[in-house]
Amino acid sequence: MRIAVCIKQVPDTEARLRLRKDGRWVDEEDLPFVINESDEYALEEALTLAEKTGGEVVVLSLGPARVKEALRKALALGAQRAVHLQDEAFEGGDAPATARALHAALSRESFDLVLTGSQSDDNGYGATASVLAGLLGWPHAWLVMGVELEEGGASLKVVREMESGMNEIVRIATPAVIEVQAGINHPRYASLKGIMQAKRKPQEVLTAADLGLDPAVVGAAGSRLEVVSVAFPSTGAGAQMIEGDAATAARVLVEKLRNEARVL
Amino acid sequence: MSRFSGVDFLELDPLLTEEERLVRDTVRTFVDDRVMPIIEECHREARFPLELVSEMGALNLFGATIDEYGLPGLSNVAYGLTMQELERCDSGIRSFVSVQSALVMYPIYAFGSQEQKDRWIPALGSGKAIGCFGLTEPDFGSNPGGMLTTARRDGDGWVLNGSKQWITNGTLADIAVVWAQTDEGVRGFLVEKGTPGFTSSDQHGKFSLRASVTSELGFQDCRIPADAILPKTTGLKNALMCLNQARYGIAWGALGSAMETYTTALDYAKQRIQFGGQPIACHQLVQEKLVWMVSEITKGQLLVLQMGRLKDADRLRHYQISLGKRNNVWVARECAKLAREILGANGIVDDYPVIRHMLNIESVYTYEGTHDIHGLVIGEHITGIPAYNPPERTVKAPRKVLEDAR
Repeated sequence: MRIAVCIKQVPDTEARLRLRKDGRWVDEEDLPFVINESDEYALEEALTLAEKTGGEVVVLSLGPARVKEALRKALALGAQRAVHLQDEAFEGGDAPATARALHAALSRESFDLVLTGSQSDDNGYGATASVLAGLLGWPHAWLVMGVELEEGGASLKVVREMESGMNEIVRIATPAVIEVQAGINHPRYASLKGIMQAKRKPQEVLTAADLGLDPAVVGAAGSRLEVVSVAFPSTGAGAQMIEGDAATAARVLVEKLRNEARVL
Repeated sequence: MSRFSGVDFLELDPLLTEEERLVRDTVRTFVDDRVMPIIEECHREARFPLELVSEMGALNLFGATIDEYGLPGLSNVAYGLTMQELERCDSGIRSFVSVQSALVMYPIYAFGSQEQKDRWIPALGSGKAIGCFGLTEPDFGSNPGGMLTTARRDGDGWVLNGSKQWITNGTLADIAVVWAQTDEGVRGFLVEKGTPGFTSSDQHGKFSLRASVTSELGFQDCRIPADAILPKTTGLKNALMCLNQARYGIAWGALGSAMETYTTALDYAKQRIQFGGQPIACHQLVQEKLVWMVSEITKGQLLVLQMGRLKDADRLRHYQISLGKRNNVWVARECAKLAREILGANGIVDDYPVIRHMLNIESVYTYEGTHDIHGLVIGEHITGIPAYNPPERTVKAPRKVLEDAR
């Protein structure tokens, strides 16, 4: 089974964020970056499936030079090859623009499965892989909690999380795009041997020109969604401090959740 | 609890390679996920977490600088960073890995026969086998050359007699690297668990390194085969070469301990509210303590980084290792003390890691060469006079210099 895993490098969720001067994104200087959490689970799922079927795992990521570090970690964890979509023309894309670039890269070879996380921890559009599935013309499942191979990999039994704690089980014919949730498996630690081997694994860098893509259809130029500004939510408003000992405070909290917030 | 994000006051991270950073961050995550949650309980119960050994093996924490037998062949800086992250959790956990790697796998790899290497390096590397290192004796610590343990040739084998003390992992070990006097000088032997005449028992009542096993080994007419000798050992210097490996790792490890007590004290000082509704971090006396800690940690980082680069170039000398071990363990000991002062009463309970580090570092301060002996090693290098064991000629030397001057 040949599996592609699309990962995104995002700011560490524990990092303290500052706004960029133009107010349209966060200041990336000195910001620690990590692999997007649900993408780490997608990679683990891919590595496990490949171990069962003896296949290959190729990891892809779109972004600036810093993304090499995320790809290197994926290689250290066990992916066999990395593909880095690196071109200024790719920067600032919305979900369809990014999906177009990924689609072009994936279409150069034949995969049985594309795995990725359900949502990125920075933009959180949760749409890139859906568009990608559309471009590929492949079936697609979102919010996936479990993946099982069927018919020797010709189809997959996929558990999806629905509202109200229900699960949906669907059967999907491969090739397919699967978007997994964080928490569905236990991502492995890279072995120190794996880390040392990673630099010897093939790492390919692709530009828009390499993929035969018109720069006008990718990145900011190819996007019909434009980030106008980002801002921190205003603090203080709406917050209530509940006084008293634990038992009293808990009782007041439950009343408020029930009667004011109406979430219980 | 928030994740540990390192101490990097001087932007030293870019001096590390990408692999070195990834090695450090991987071990850091493993330690935070798997060891930190159980360490206080291990310390309380005086228990080494044996359940983690196979995971540590899978991670390649054992024999990590060896580039054979499927082991990773880390740079010495990357290896040092693994020591730092392990000791950030606990000196006893770091000790386990130090002993397995530097004191057992290293001598087998460097001085062992092909058969010994083929049998033991993979087993020790995966954690399927555990090793210990028997050099120190009840009556010979700083002066190992005085050891009383003997190995006598007997037929086609050897007979060991003597005892060893303060042996990390002694009762856990499947294989002991034992140093003994022979007619040909001090040599190293591999003694397997269960060999008749070989006994081990745990030392109890420790207030330090409680998450680590410390044992005594006894050899009474213990007969071992001819192929139990490490063939390339020729004298005490081979044992000291092992200690150089371990002491190098301790210089890094101690910084991990210092980072943990420093960051604990820093967080505490910023949150602990006392006079005027202000955190105690606003007091100049508290700030001075925190500044001392971060200053010394930063200097210690530069020290071990250069030591690592020298070691990678095969140019690190034993007196430079003494400098690193002596300085950084002292820094860790002082940091534990200062952190404990900042935490007040919270500095003596195991809700916080400070008292455990403070107790642990007392062992580290005097094991693997005491602070004072390392001072004398450096002293010997710069003066030419070995003050721990001054031979007569060195006492005469200055007089001769005076005579020559006349």
